[in-house]
This record gives sequence, C-alpha cells and structure tokens, in this order.
Amino acid sequence: MAKTAQISKEYKTVSQIAGPLIYVKKTEPVGYKEMVNIRLTDGTTRRGQVLDSSDEVVVVQVFEGTSGIDRDASVRFLGETMKMPVSKDMLGRILSGSGQPLDGGAPIVPEKELEINGAAINPWARDSPSDFIQTGISTIDGMNTLVRGQKLPIFSASGLPHNEIALQIARQAKVRGENEEFAVVFIAMGITNEEKQMFMKEFERTGALKNAVVFLNLADDPAVERTLTPRLGLTTAEYMAFDLGMQVLVIMTDITNYCEALRQIGAAREEVPGRRGYPGYMYTDLAQLYERAGRIKGKKGSITQIPILSMPGGDITHPIPDLSGYITEGQIVLSMDLHRNGIYPPVNVSSSLSRLMGGGTGEGRTREDHKGVSDQLYAAYAEGKDLRGLVAIVGKESLSAKDRKLLDFADLFEDRFVRQGPEEDRSIEETLDLGWELFTALDLDQITRISRKYIEKYMPKKA
Amino acid sequence: MSTEGVIYRVAGPVVTATGISPKMYDVVHVGNEKLMGEVIKIVGEYSIIQVYEDTDNVKPGEPVTNTGKPLSVELGPGLLESVYDGIQRPLPVLRDKMGDFIYRGVSAPGLDHEKKWDFEPTVKEGDTVSQGQIIGIVQEGPMEHKIMVPIGLNGKVDSIKAGSYTIDDTVAVIDGTDVCMVQYWPVRNPRPVEEKYQPDIPLVTGLRVLDTMFPLAKGGAAAIPGAFGTGKTVTQQSLAKYSDAEIVVYIGCGERGNEMTEVLTEFPELEDPRTGMKLMKRTVLIANTSNMPVAAREASVYTGMTIAEYFRDMGYNVALMADSTSRWAEAMREISSRLEEMPGEEGYPAYLAGRLSEFYERAARAKVLSGGDGSVSVIGAVSPPGGDLSEPVTQNTLRIVRVFWALDTKLRERRHFPTINWLTSYTMYDKQLLDWFKANVAEDYPALKAWAMKTLQKEAELQDVVQMVGSDSLPDEQKITLEVAKMIREIFLQQNAYDPVDCYCPLSRQYKMLTLIKKYSDLSEKALQAGAPVDKIAYLPVRTRFNQAKYEPKVDEELEAVDKDMDQQFAELGA
Repeated sequence: MAKTAQISKEYKTVSQIAGPLIYVKKTEPVGYKEMVNIRLTDGTTRRGQVLDSSDEVVVVQVFEGTSGIDRDASVRFLGETMKMPVSKDMLGRILSGSGQPLDGGAPIVPEKELEINGAAINPWARDSPSDFIQTGISTIDGMNTLVRGQKLPIFSASGLPHNEIALQIARQAKVRGENEEFAVVFIAMGITNEEKQMFMKEFERTGALKNAVVFLNLADDPAVERTLTPRLGLTTAEYMAFDLGMQVLVIMTDITNYCEALRQIGAAREEVPGRRGYPGYMYTDLAQLYERAGRIKGKKGSITQIPILSMPGGDITHPIPDLSGYITEGQIVLSMDLHRNGIYPPVNVSSSLSRLMGGGTGEGRTREDHKGVSDQLYAAYAEGKDLRGLVAIVGKESLSAKDRKLLDFADLFEDRFVRQGPEEDRSIEETLDLGWELFTALDLDQITRISRKYIEKYMPKKA
Repeated sequence: MSTEGVIYRVAGPVVTATGISPKMYDVVHVGNEKLMGEVIKIVGEYSIIQVYEDTDNVKPGEPVTNTGKPLSVELGPGLLESVYDGIQRPLPVLRDKMGDFIYRGVSAPGLDHEKKWDFEPTVKEGDTVSQGQIIGIVQEGPMEHKIMVPIGLNGKVDSIKAGSYTIDDTVAVIDGTDVCMVQYWPVRNPRPVEEKYQPDIPLVTGLRVLDTMFPLAKGGAAAIPGAFGTGKTVTQQSLAKYSDAEIVVYIGCGERGNEMTEVLTEFPELEDPRTGMKLMKRTVLIANTSNMPVAAREASVYTGMTIAEYFRDMGYNVALMADSTSRWAEAMREISSRLEEMPGEEGYPAYLAGRLSEFYERAARAKVLSGGDGSVSVIGAVSPPGGDLSEPVTQNTLRIVRVFWALDTKLRERRHFPTINWLTSYTMYDKQLLDWFKANVAEDYPALKAWAMKTLQKEAELQDVVQMVGSDSLPDEQKITLEVAKMIREIFLQQNAYDPVDCYCPLSRQYKMLTLIKKYSDLSEKALQAGAPVDKIAYLPVRTRFNQAKYEPKVDEELEAVDKDMDQQFAELGA
C-alpha cells in the first residue's frame, strides 16, 4: 500500500542478485530504508526497500522475491520510506498482508498517511495501564488479569485451541462501567487458508467484523510481506487509538511464523545468526512490535495486544517464546495435558502470569479480595498438583487428611474454575465467588494468603 | 584536522563517513538532521559511526560534523528527579519539543541552563583547593548538592561568592580558571577516587531474604539473574525504593515501556520509610526502552554509572540498578554484528567479558577526592535466555560480582515472593559484614541466620525422602523440622512488595521474627520430648496469627503478642 511512484530516475545497473536481495550500482544518493520499484523485463513490477546504501552500491530487499528478475530489470528509487494510508473506514474491512482489500470492496480513501515503523512512545508520555479489561474467562480475569495498554501473549503449541480462545476474548472483552468505543485489529501472519476461512466465518457470524480490521497474510505469501503485515496492522491501531480515541485490542497470530520469516530473510542477507539461527536483533525487532501497545497521558485511546505464538515443540525456552516473554507483560500458557483431559480453555495457570495485574485489580477496580483469592488459588493448586506426583507413588491412603483436601482441591479447581464453555462469559464477581466456593473444600488454617477480614466477609458459611 | 565530512555508507545504525579525522569515541553529528553518533572504528580514511537515532532515509553524501569530544554527560544541580534517555536527553523536554512519540534529530541538554540555584560557598578566597574538593553547596530538594572542583584543577581560590546562579555562571575563580556549577565528564571513563576500600557495611534493603540471608555490601556488586516472570524488576524496584542509599540511579536498559511508566508514576509518590521524603527527590532515572535506538541503549549504562559516580564523589552512598544488563549486552552484539566483527560465544562480541568487568569494577566504596567516604553499589539484572544460567552474559557476570540472587521459576509458580532461591543464591560478603551485624543488630544474629539456613537445607534433604515415602512415615522430630522450615519460608522469606506494612522490614524486626521461629522450634522439641502429639504441636493456633502478623499495621506489637501466645499455648500443651 505504499504510495505510487513519483517521477524519479530509473537505473538499469543491477549487478548482483542473491536470495531476496538485488545489488544496484547507482549514481545519485539513496536513503536507507527508501522504497524501491523494480520493473521486470516482462513488464511486471515489484517493490522493495533499501537495506544498505553507499556511494558505490545499494542493496535492495525485494518484497515479492527475486524469481524472474534479471540484470536488465530497471530500478526506481521513490525518495521516501514506506507509508500507509489510514482511515476510520477501515473498520469492517478485510485486507491482505500488504494492505490491499481482499473483500472486493473499494480501495481505502486515506485520511492520513503514516510511517509504518512507527516511533517509540516517549516513556515519559506513557500512562500506566490500570483499567481492568474483563475477558469473561476466569483463569485470565481472576488470576492473570488483562489491563488496557498491556501486551499479554498466549503461549500455545500446535494442536491447542488458541484461536478459539483468541476469538472468545475478541468477542467478550469489555471495559466495565464505561461506554467506550472498542475496535479489534486482527493480524494474521502465515496462516493457512483453512484458518483464514475459520476466522472470517467467526468474525461474520458473531458480528465482530463491524468493529474490526482484519489483515491476512497467508502461509504462501512472501516472507518479506509477513514482516510488514504486523507493522501495517499496528499503524492502523495507533491511528485508531491515539487519533480517534478508541480502545483497540490487537490480536496477532502467529508470531512464530513472523519470526521464521525474520530468520529466512536474515539468512538470505548472510547475517551472523544468534540462537538457533534467529537473527541477533530479534529481541529489538519483536520489541518494535510489542512496545507499540500502551496508553498515552491525556489521550483517551489505548492499544492492548494479545499476540499468539505456538512454542515449537511446546518448548517455552525456545527463542521465540523466550524473547517474547522478556518483552511482554506476562503470558497465558496453554497446556496439552489439560487439553487432553477435555478441559477448555486449557490454561496452565501455574506458568501463566500477568505482570500488570496489580495495577488493574483490587478495591475500586475489581474487588478488594481479588489479590488474596488469586494468590490462594495459585498456592493451593500448586500444592495439590505436587501431591498428585506423590499419590502416584504411595497411594492416596498414606496422605494426611489435610493433604487429601489439597489433592481434591486441585481436581476441583481444574474442573470448576478452569473449565468453562466457549460461549460462557463470567463476570469478575462470578469468578471470585467461584474461588471462595472452592476454598470451602479446605481447612481454615490452609488459607494463609488472604487476610482474615476478607475471609470473614466472603467465605460462604458452611451449612 | 578536518571536522567536516560526508556520509559514504548507511546500513541501519551504522554509518560510514569520509573526510573527517576523528579520535575513537568522538561524538559526531550525522546527516542533514544532525543525528548524534559516536565513532567506534576507524579504517583508513573511513570513520565508522554508531548512530543513537533512527537512520531511515539518511543518504550518502549528507554532511558529517565531528565535535572532537567523546560522549559526555552534564553533571551539576538539576540531575535529581530527572528522567533521561540513554544519552542524557531529558524525556519531559523531548515530549514538550516533539509530542508523545520520540522522533529523531532533536537535541536537548541534560540540565536546565536557565534555572538559578542558590550557591553557598564552603571555602573562602585565598584557600588552596585541589581537584574533587567541595567548594560550595546547592540545596537541591532535600539533598545537598555539593559543588566540586573539576578534576584536573588545583590551586588557590582567587574569588568565590554566594548568590543565585545558573549552572553556566562563574561561581569561583581558581588559579585563574573560571569554575561554574556544571561539569562535563566522558561516560566511558571512570571518575577518579582517592582510595577504594574493602566493603564492610551492608546495604540494608528491608527485604528479609536479602538482608539476613544474602546481604550485599555498600560498594559491592550483585547480579540478579532469572528467567522472565521471576520478578527481577519487582526486586530491583523494591531495592530502589527501600535500600539505605541516599541516591538511587535506576537504568531501564532495553526493557518494557510500561515498566518504566510504573517507575515513573510510583517513585514520585513513594515515601522513603526512613526519612519520609519522596523517593523521586533523590533519584535519577534513565529510560531507554527496548524499542528506542539500540546504540543509545548501549550508552545508557555508562551514562547512569557516570552520574552515580558523580554523587559518590560528594560523599553519598549511591545504589545503581541496571535492568537489564542482558539487553545492554545484546545491544553490543547487534552493533558488533553490523560491524561484521568476528563473533565470540553465541554471537556476542569477544570483548563482552571485558566490557562487563569494566562496568562492574566501577562499583566501589571509596575515600573520595572531596575527603569523605562514598559508595556506588551496583545491582545488575541479567535476563538469561530460557533461564539458562550457562549463557555468556550470566557466566561473565558471575565471574565478577560477589553476590548472586537467584530467582526461581518454581517459586514464582507457587507465588512465593520474592522468588529468591535460598539454596542456590550466595553472598561472598558474609565474613566482611559479620562484625557490623553483630554490633548493629544482635550478637547472635549470625548464629540465628546459620540456624535458619541449616533448617532449610535439612528440609531440602527431607523433601527428597517425602517425595518417595510420604510425610507420614517420617519420625516426629523430622516432621517438626519440616514444619519449622515451612515457617521460615512462609513467614520469614516470603515478603509482599505490595503490602504497605510488609514491603519494608527493618533489621530489628527481621531479627525478632527469626527469633520467634527459633523459639517455636525449641519449644516444639521440648513439647515432643514431654510427650505432646506432633499434630498438636505443628498446628497450634498461634501459627495462624504469626503468619498474618507481618501484615498488621502494628506489626511489632503483634509480634510481641505472638510471643506471649506461643508461651501460653505451649504451656497448655503440657510441655
């Protein structure tokens, strides 16, 4: 969706072609990251971007790949970096990974043109994320609370229902007590055609499309385009949040495909690889996506991100989840074990975390007992889970009465608290009350994380 | 020597210029927008420059100007309460100049050059002064900002006068040289001291697990490595808030924007538990978040360290937090790979170890040139990929620092905070600090601590047995040991950073809590010998009260009450 070519000189001095790169000998100075049009001998054009510019040679990365390009191709430098047109009318539209309409609708009439790389929000201008977003999912709201301006990824693995969960959140997410304008920017990178169908159908079925902009980069689209898609989506989100004052939820799936594209391009450029062949700058690159979430002082809107990534081999120490985890403010981890036991959503609360939970919960935001309940659920569930290992060796009989209670608690927790329907939308009060109900299965002296006054106030009286 | 040249090549943050003949690490201005950069390599007529700002659309042929000076910071009144990016540009000023986002090509001095400060001389005309000596005082908020003779200047005070001055005004003439309140210092050079000491005073943090179990000495260096989500940042922030350093320098190096916001909104509100003054009044923040230019991230730790040393030279104790040194190392790696240098381990440059030790070596408690004692204590967070401590940044850091606070994912899953693992952490300052603790807390404090560590160690061993056969098959004494260890973990080691009472625990209270747990242990043993059933001993009602005591507003009275309850309830057991 870059602007069309302006009048500028054309060069027919391609000296070398390698992977996605072409090397152009030229005469006039060309800017770093400048956009490039390449006209092939058969008359078709491709687009590219300057990666390295010197007096003698300019290295251009071709977005659509170099197949069919020969040394007779002519190259035109456009004199500006990549920009995209944005407009409020983008809501309800489905666009390709490079921003072209896929839905047969008219081209976007721009209200503004923005640089797609964005600029860093001045940390001084940031407002702290503190408004609770209710997703209606107990394991998130109760124990890993999402707040406006946060980036909270879902760490999944192949075969897990992360897309269903993403859609459920997109459908149910709300800010309580206020009537805010909500928009969803949905960015799909390297998804299969089948997944594309599923998303489009769901968005239409639930009516969610009217408040959404959908970018779809498919698995067979070029790798370079995959690295641009999230930037287009986030530029759109920034426009809606900070120019139009909307509360924007950005869902990005699947970050793993994005990182594969980065690796592919890095290898083609013959860069020194970092861990597992991924480029050494992957942390900075991912940060440039994730850090576009946030709130700004004095502005109404916000950008909240839910990136989804599938951990290769379910390995949380793999560079993709690892670097993401260092940038994002927590993570929701899905578990194959729970999934196999038929529990939806299969959220493994023990390894999940929301770092910004403290600012979005408690009196005046959710409820005064929220932190205590959450801590106690975590602690009791962790102890109960440990005991499962023990029971496998020594049998349930040899446990003390108290340990048996913890063991039962863990089962109860998974069955009642974690499990909920894909259409079941629980309010935060329902979630917390459910927690208290589960505590009745424990002895009073096993409840060590909640202060006494809340126990007296909220603990259901035993009949 | 020419100071004007042109750009030859642009590749990301690395720009090559010709026509200038700079010294290494000279600051240059690059392109039409005068982007700030630093010369990091010279090859023949080519100068290779790392640029602190985004280089999009910068073209070969644009001008390059050499300033002839290395990257320096401005030091003087106005530093406190400042919030800078990695190259000391004040973020509030940048926001005023260009709005909510950081664009490039905007320069802003580190200090306010318009503001007037009241200068009070402490020496008089005719006195002989030497470099680093204090010649006057400026009251900056609650702190005394001491004006020192610039390094390299010695001689007789020709004139000096009290009054209201800007930092550029001459406040004194020494040996014919005009002295003003602002000084410039190149960030990559350590500031000199008279003599470095062996550290023997602890940095008291109010965190029980640190102060009692793994104390850090003032002027020492500690590393906090941990996988993501283990609470590095919370621990760093607790230390910034409550440690007994007079000045805090907090470097957010390549970390999350929202985390910096948390610091920026919290610090101005937070009160120092000892003095009651606002924490921000004695803090300098450096925020270079992960999406800000990577070269400025590389510079940010040096900028922070130089500011810390400047306050040390006034005779203050400074705590410097760097969160995270791994991001700094990654910035080095990124720039090194752009320079096409031969990579070392995992793509990091071969000089990684050298740079890390140079940085940590700037931590010290020292006799400063102004005559008094000052210290810079460094607490560096390390973010090992995948929580793997064998990676180069962690390993090279551990070779230098003497305190290791290991954060643990398992503890986090159990919501045991702070997640500092008591079995793998260590401090090598133990012996040096022994006398201080004996003199200032209690004679038996070190013994008490040793007892607690031993109990925890025993618990770890017993847990292995319990995993195999269950706790019921243990003998009664060992069951009691497990319960006592649990008390140490839950009551003593766990500490809630967000609780208004528990967030800061003075040493006297730490001592009291540990004494009470020891007492419970001793009374239990006696009760057991007297024939009381182990289930009764382990679950006396006082334990619930003890568990909660640290959250009570009148915690010290509550602990006394726990003490009495304990006596009474054990007496009732018939022990």
